[in-house]
Amino acid sequence: MNPAVVAEHVGKRHFLGVRVPYRTLRDSIASALRNRAGSRERSDAIWALKDVSFSVAPGEVVGIIGRNGAGKSTLLKILSRITRPTVGEVRLNGSVGSLLEVGSGFHHELTGRENIYLNGAFLGMRARDIAGRFDEIVAFAGVERFIDTPVKHYSSGMYLRLAFSVAAHLDAEILLMDEVLAVGDLTFQRKCLGKMEEIGRSGRTVLFVSHNVNAVSGLCSRTILIKEGTIAADGPSPEVISAYLREEHGPGATREWPSVSEAPGDHIVRLTAVRVRDAKNQIASVMDIRKPVCVEIEFEVLEGGHVLVPNLQFYNQDGTCVFMSAEVDGGWRRRPRPPGRYSAAATIPGNFLAEGTLIVGAGINTMDPLTVHVHERDAVAFQVHDSFAGDTARGDYGGPMPGVVRPALQWETRLTPDGNTATLPPAASFASSIR
Amino acid sequence: MIPFAAVEPRAAVVVRPPGRWPELALTELWAYRELFWFLVWRDVKVRYRQTLLGVTWVALQPLMTMAVFAVVLGRLVGVPTDGIPYPLFAYTGLLPWLFFSSAVSTGALCLVGHSDLITKVYFPRILLPAATVAARLVDFAVGSLGLFALLMIYRVPVTTEFAIIPVALFVELVMAIGVAALFSSLNVRYRDVGFVVPVLLQLGMFVTPVVYRWTLVPPRWRWLIMANPMTGIVETYRSALLGYELPWKPFGVSVVIAVAVLLAALFEIRRSEGALADIV
Repeated sequence: MNPAVVAEHVGKRHFLGVRVPYRTLRDSIASALRNRAGSRERSDAIWALKDVSFSVAPGEVVGIIGRNGAGKSTLLKILSRITRPTVGEVRLNGSVGSLLEVGSGFHHELTGRENIYLNGAFLGMRARDIAGRFDEIVAFAGVERFIDTPVKHYSSGMYLRLAFSVAAHLDAEILLMDEVLAVGDLTFQRKCLGKMEEIGRSGRTVLFVSHNVNAVSGLCSRTILIKEGTIAADGPSPEVISAYLREEHGPGATREWPSVSEAPGDHIVRLTAVRVRDAKNQIASVMDIRKPVCVEIEFEVLEGGHVLVPNLQFYNQDGTCVFMSAEVDGGWRRRPRPPGRYSAAATIPGNFLAEGTLIVGAGINTMDPLTVHVHERDAVAFQVHDSFAGDTARGDYGGPMPGVVRPALQWETRLTPDGNTATLPPAASFASSIR
Repeated sequence: MIPFAAVEPRAAVVVRPPGRWPELALTELWAYRELFWFLVWRDVKVRYRQTLLGVTWVALQPLMTMAVFAVVLGRLVGVPTDGIPYPLFAYTGLLPWLFFSSAVSTGALCLVGHSDLITKVYFPRILLPAATVAARLVDFAVGSLGLFALLMIYRVPVTTEFAIIPVALFVELVMAIGVAALFSSLNVRYRDVGFVVPVLLQLGMFVTPVVYRWTLVPPRWRWLIMANPMTGIVETYRSALLGYELPWKPFGVSVVIAVAVLLAALFEIRRSEGALADIV
């Protein structure tokens, strides 16, 4: 079978001098004259992509990760034909639908209905296909009542839901998606993720660019890591993502925003730091499974008088949320906080987490109504390491152990020589532990 | 599970570095015809949605321009028209010229104005100037109402020569799309184009026989005015409507130049397509 997407030695060069987005005719004439007179020196060229080659089989769902500026968006722009490579070649076998930004092509003066058709046309859908999907699109977005209202009157949430919905109902055989989940509230993000999983299972080829490792590990079986314009790793998602996280989050397992004005958050509260500490209160990224792990969240309250609920979410490398925890320190529960810098630390007991990478998200909410002031998805990460010392939940079991947690349970085993267990009283230690 | 709607099998798409001579890929343009109509429809809808007064202004623009010229050139200067009332004479020239001029001036800005789209979605870029120009046909239709009124007021007889008017309009549309597309592509790279175009159009109105007949130009300079492709178009409208002899020679020049300009525009846009998103 032919691959759906093939990239061969793709490179894209940018000239730093042309970063100034446009120039005047006079500048051009002047530089043309200069070039004729002198040499054509262009040392300010940078390669946004260098010698990128890969091949994607039909039906494969591939994640493309990398830090900002690594070149992953440039790659997607070349794949979706928005820009051309400087060298190399890309072949796409099948109709291509690209979703680089939710809502591009929407016009504020037009109604929701009109925008569905217009946006669909931009994404390469035919009017009759859109008509066939119309009710589905509207229902997914949940905007039935406002479908004949100009979108300028929509709330930003409605607008995003509608835009995502149109794109999610694309019929392309190859779908290119960029960071679509970086928008909307949490419920909507979950809904989008569900829809994208559905798309991934429908047999289409999907290339999903993101720096959200949770989403990538949940959706894609294979991941390509782009680093400084080249492919740094290409393989099964858990391995590539683990390697990426180790590199990205470093041994410090700490994330700090020194400038409060640029820290994530709003006018009420901003997140200033998240740190992972080991049992000796040292910042560490590799944890012994038997020892407690302390996650510390530091935030600055800018506007007093709000009852804030700091919280932490723990995801494993498959993108599964292992658990979430909200602050329960009695001193601050249901109490409006005066402005100032707070530090809240949560301790996860030893012998509880499973082995592997844990990605920690940090949030700060207010309740009634639920408002998310801060939500930093991949704030920090750490590795949990299980030893074969025999005193962990593993005991002497040698193989891989599945599961999202690995609590050390109390086992009690007795031998009954006559084979009659019914007459025996319950194990003493069990009875005492539930009392 | 998402049910698949029918997706027509398409040939493999190859993305390569831009070459010196780009492929026009006309079959792809045809595949995107629906988007073209949607863009036209969007432009028209947004433009006329505001108020009914919007349409009134569109109708008033050529009428008011005509009134000014009727007083200055008709009464005060006395431009010869071979017995045709000057308001009618001026309107038959202004209607096609104002369509061309408004189409080119808005079309020239369309690529820069849609940078949000150009950096986010792929579609053949020529569709944007083409649709922007085509949407101006609605203005032309509104202006035609004024023309019908004038034709009735001055009791102009309907002749078989009226049949050439749709042909002239089509040639004008082709030329406007070509010129607008060339300017819009240039405008992405050189923002001065945005300032130059209105000046050129202002000049164009006077080097084109809009408010005078082309036969007014001395014979030894006729070739010069004939080289202006708008001469043939404007004169064809006027001659067909008012019973002058049809200017076949200038019109032939217009047809040739219109086709050449459109081809040049298709090449230019295809050539710069890959780079537009990087610089817009």
